[in-house]
Amino acid sequence: MFWIAWKMLIGNRVKYLGIIFGVVFAALLIAQQASIFCGLMSLTVSQIRDVEGPSIWVMDKNVQFVDDIKPLSDNELFRVKGVPGVDWAVRFYKGIARARLQEGNYEQMILLGLDDATLVGAPEGIFMGSIADLRKPDAVIMDDAGYRRIWPGEPFRLGRVFEMNDHRAVVVALTKASRTFQSFPIVYTRYSQAVTFAPPERKVLSFVLADAAPGVPVEEVCGRIEAQTGLQALTREQFLWKTVRYYMQKTGIPVNFGITVFLGFIVGTAIAGQTFYLFTVENIRQFGALKAMGTSNWMILLMVLSQALQVGLVGYGVGVGLAALFGWVSRGLSRLSFFMPWQVLAITAAAVFVIVLLASLLSIRKVLIVDPAIVFRG
Amino acid sequence: MAATHTFDELAVEDLAVRVRGVTKEFGSGDSLARALRGVDLDVPYGELLMLVGPSGCGKTTLVSIVAGTLQPTAGDVMVLGKDLVTMSNGHKVRFRRDNVGFVFQSYNLLPSLTAAENAAVPLLIAGWRRSRAVAAASDVLDLLGLGDRLRNLPSELSGGQQQRVAIARALVHEPRLLVCDEPTSALDAENGRITMELIQRIAVQPDRAVIVVTHDSRAYSFADRIALMEDGRIESVESGPHHAADHRD
Repeated sequence: MFWIAWKMLIGNRVKYLGIIFGVVFAALLIAQQASIFCGLMSLTVSQIRDVEGPSIWVMDKNVQFVDDIKPLSDNELFRVKGVPGVDWAVRFYKGIARARLQEGNYEQMILLGLDDATLVGAPEGIFMGSIADLRKPDAVIMDDAGYRRIWPGEPFRLGRVFEMNDHRAVVVALTKASRTFQSFPIVYTRYSQAVTFAPPERKVLSFVLADAAPGVPVEEVCGRIEAQTGLQALTREQFLWKTVRYYMQKTGIPVNFGITVFLGFIVGTAIAGQTFYLFTVENIRQFGALKAMGTSNWMILLMVLSQALQVGLVGYGVGVGLAALFGWVSRGLSRLSFFMPWQVLAITAAAVFVIVLLASLLSIRKVLIVDPAIVFRG
Repeated sequence: MAATHTFDELAVEDLAVRVRGVTKEFGSGDSLARALRGVDLDVPYGELLMLVGPSGCGKTTLVSIVAGTLQPTAGDVMVLGKDLVTMSNGHKVRFRRDNVGFVFQSYNLLPSLTAAENAAVPLLIAGWRRSRAVAAASDVLDLLGLGDRLRNLPSELSGGQQQRVAIARALVHEPRLLVCDEPTSALDAENGRITMELIQRIAVQPDRAVIVVTHDSRAYSFADRIALMEDGRIESVESGPHHAADHRD
């Protein structure tokens, strides 16, 4: 009987494609917008991800996300080091600096200051120059996207010079780095160098990066740091999600994307539902004949649901495929952030399931109440 | 298939259909419509009964009740020894599936299925495997002269051929009651005659009964008996020309 349902469904190509179109539209819009949203959210935490090594981030207790810098006193580093269970701890500067280029233009940059001795947090994607060169005077490492932004169309070249806070900075290496939410160029330098590039402030220490001693749970060490110093200590994952939650709760980003996703859901449901209902009405005598010939209401219900599931599966596959294709193409063509984790696929699948279920509800009601005696009426 | 006895001699077990005092009302209050007003009707096994009468006289309502697709307001309906009035809806569905074949005025073939697949539908409803059901349906279609049209869609068949597919569909699961609603009304004279000949030749069997609702007076010659309905009642039941011919034979 499911085979009959399938044949009935694809028998009318125009209506079949109409229903599929509605589901594809919804799946495409939901998956694409959700992936862009995830892409944006991943940008907000890219700098936490890029800092490899430390498992603990220590910061002012009022910091809400990675760019919410509330500088600490340099003494806090030693207080953190003194907490039992802390294996090591280093300074980390993060701020926005204004760079003056040789051409006279100004450009804002994300300035990251690494511990002078250990260079913990140094980028791992250096493709030109060396990390060791960071120990040279005025040395900075710049990310490739930032280089292209400042010197568009020019080949990668080391030794380029610019100024920050009237201090000379020399590009000694180039690295790959994850894009940031602000899309500013990223420059890495030593901590002692960074504080000279940054605008003068009484306190300059942004974060203390630390790690737990072997055998001591990271969460436990975080708790000890908080108890002993009054600072906020988070694991890398906790800080990452705290940042994401901040953007989710305190910005209009989720609402804007949510509206688009909701519209996709509504329009998809409307198109698929209307076309599916018309398809059912068109076939109502056939359903009546099947009922007259001894098909139970239960089987009729399963037939309609199988039709709905079939268009759902096809629509979902095509819609998600198009969304993935969009992401793949746009990655090469623009700086649009696009990240499609499995959760996006799962959410889209759930949404499509609800759409086809809603779309089939009216049809189910129609076929269930149809009188099998309808077939005797001319 | 010939009835060689008089109708009054028949015992209840000889009757495929026994209807007593059946009424059917639609609506209520001012909009109340009485489609049937106390109908009595018996159809013995081996008989082709024709139900005739003007439009709106209740033929379709009566045949719907006999086929188990409509519940009467009052009265008794015994079909193939089963009481349809007290039967649950679920049982009625199974009863129709196993015992009743339908030929509809507008064929009601599924447009996206081939002739063989359409004819196999009752077997598929009964849970047969598709290949086996289509093979069985193909045999019936072959019997009806459509052996070379098995893979054609309904849209590729003439009206007469479509009605033959519908007859094959009605007979493929060997039902004991065949209900035909205006089977010739959409056909020209020649195809109408062929259709009725097929129904009579293949459907009418000693252990089956056939009820044909028709306006088409050309079809009367195939009837064993003809029941004339008017205004929700059976006005008369007379032996048909075919019954008389059988007696002559």
